[in-house]
Amino acid sequence: MQKLREQLEEIFEGADLVSAYGELTLTVDSANIIDTCLKLRDQLAFDTLIDLCGVDYLTYGQSEWAHDSSNSGYSRGRSAQGGEDRHQQRFAVVYHLLSVSKNYRIRVKAFVDEAEPIIKSVTDIWASADWYEREAFDLMGILFENHTDLRRILTDYGFVGHPLRKDFPLIGEVEMRYDEELGRVVYEKVSIEPNISVPKVIRK
Amino acid sequence: MSEMRNYTLNFGPQHPAAHGVLRLILEIDGEVIERADPHIGLLHRGTEKLVESKPYNQSIGYMDRLDYVSMMCNEHAYVMAIETMLELEVPERAQYIRVMFDEITRILNHLMWLGTHALDVGAMSIFLYAFREREKLIDCYEAVSGSRMHATYYRPGGVYRDLPDRMPKYLKTDSRSDKEISAMNENRQGSLLDFIDDFVKEFPRHIKQYDDLLTENRIWKQRLVNIGIVTAKRAKQLGFTGPMLRGSGVAWDLRKNQPYAVYDKLEFDIPVGVTGDSYDRYLVRMEELRQSNKIIGQCVSWLKANPGPVMSDDKKVTPPKRTNMKDDMESLIHHFKLFTEGYSLPEGEVYKAIEHPKGEFGIYLISDGANKPYRVKIRAPGFAHLASMNEMTKGHMLSDVVTIIGTQDIVFGEIDR
Repeated sequence: MQKLREQLEEIFEGADLVSAYGELTLTVDSANIIDTCLKLRDQLAFDTLIDLCGVDYLTYGQSEWAHDSSNSGYSRGRSAQGGEDRHQQRFAVVYHLLSVSKNYRIRVKAFVDEAEPIIKSVTDIWASADWYEREAFDLMGILFENHTDLRRILTDYGFVGHPLRKDFPLIGEVEMRYDEELGRVVYEKVSIEPNISVPKVIRK
Repeated sequence: MSEMRNYTLNFGPQHPAAHGVLRLILEIDGEVIERADPHIGLLHRGTEKLVESKPYNQSIGYMDRLDYVSMMCNEHAYVMAIETMLELEVPERAQYIRVMFDEITRILNHLMWLGTHALDVGAMSIFLYAFREREKLIDCYEAVSGSRMHATYYRPGGVYRDLPDRMPKYLKTDSRSDKEISAMNENRQGSLLDFIDDFVKEFPRHIKQYDDLLTENRIWKQRLVNIGIVTAKRAKQLGFTGPMLRGSGVAWDLRKNQPYAVYDKLEFDIPVGVTGDSYDRYLVRMEELRQSNKIIGQCVSWLKANPGPVMSDDKKVTPPKRTNMKDDMESLIHHFKLFTEGYSLPEGEVYKAIEHPKGEFGIYLISDGANKPYRVKIRAPGFAHLASMNEMTKGHMLSDVVTIIGTQDIVFGEIDR
């Protein structure tokens, strides 16, 4: 891995390269993604795109216990948080690359903005990106420029919204039932209440 | 003569050869496939979203339900991701148990694949034979976890409990005589390990049986040879892993190339194909059955000789002993906190992959330091394989579509997630 790191530093001068848990993460500007991927494939033999996914950083580092319930009782041992904007851009597209011939891996990350979540498609570089990009579009609402067939893939025909976004409720937005009178399936607003069974806690 | 135009055929989602809920839109010229457009997501349960809403341990059960014919392998990738982030040491005995059950799972998966693949292509009897052996291994699942399918047996830090020293026996019924029952219970007199040991000795004979029925079978070869050829270069482009990649002649196996658990201490071979057609992939998987059997045999003899703990003693992730909870308040609090709030992972991200029976199964886990994952992406091997459906079926006959679905070893639980 050390050798790969040196090679990467040579090819991408001044790149944002982090290694943790024995894995390398290269963060690049989303405008340079095609250029980066081509270099990785052709110069470093990353022949397989193992995975591609979108990440929504909207609620990163925020716990669901929004306020302390009492001022005088026991503290809940939570760390201070909120206010700090940890990620400038809301979405990230994460590529997991594998080199079968050289036997190493890398993770490439590119952040995209909430207002314009668009990034160039890598389908011409790795054919497997086709469905992965469709999935990221479907679940996260990230658009891939030059993708030839950007349809929804996992959700229902005619689904509205992007379910893996952090502002999409866990219970969903619509529910479905068969209407006797109309003689067809109808969609209605969900009737169940949202419920957090275990609050998210961040302790120091 | 009027010109024939292409027409569109809808295949599935309620077709027995569709292996679940695959809907294929096929554009056909006569009987030749021009274009195949798989419509997936009919089994989408939003696993990745659900996992975000629960403490880490409560999601192990969801992993079983991804690829529901190779349950414990899915768990393995998930617990490995958590262990890496916690920098948790797993006792060696637990590692061996995991490897043993991973390989049992591989046999379970391959038997299921073999049975259904042959059934799709037209050989009925092999399905019944394959399920006869599956039953014994499913019994091992039940003996160790109490559940025949969705085990939830692997836990961060080890496995839930040690292997039982008694194998459950068949009980007397009205339909079977005492003699039959005692014959069925003959290999269940000892511990689970004895039972598995007996299976390992018997299994090569059964593989031979499948082999005799299929390998040189004329119809089988007519239906499989030269169907769905994928070259090595193209297989890498398409993100193939596991037997699909090895069938194309690439010697790539995570158990060898990037060993995890105790695979580096075990002896086994990696079979590879030559032409990359369905028949080669069949041969690769058949050889994997033999190799898995060999690995299980090695694990059994190691496990018999080396008793020890099967769970890490890190109190952060492991529950206290039941007996302590009866009279020790701290243990009770510990138990309560562990099963309600759970434990927190340090901030960071990790991608852990294992050699799943179908290919590379990976878990990409992002933690923001909370007791629940911030994001989990499940990399399912079948997803990449099914994406190549259009390319693999192009130019083949309609009946070959069924062969190609079979050879891809598709299970919708993992593809739709």
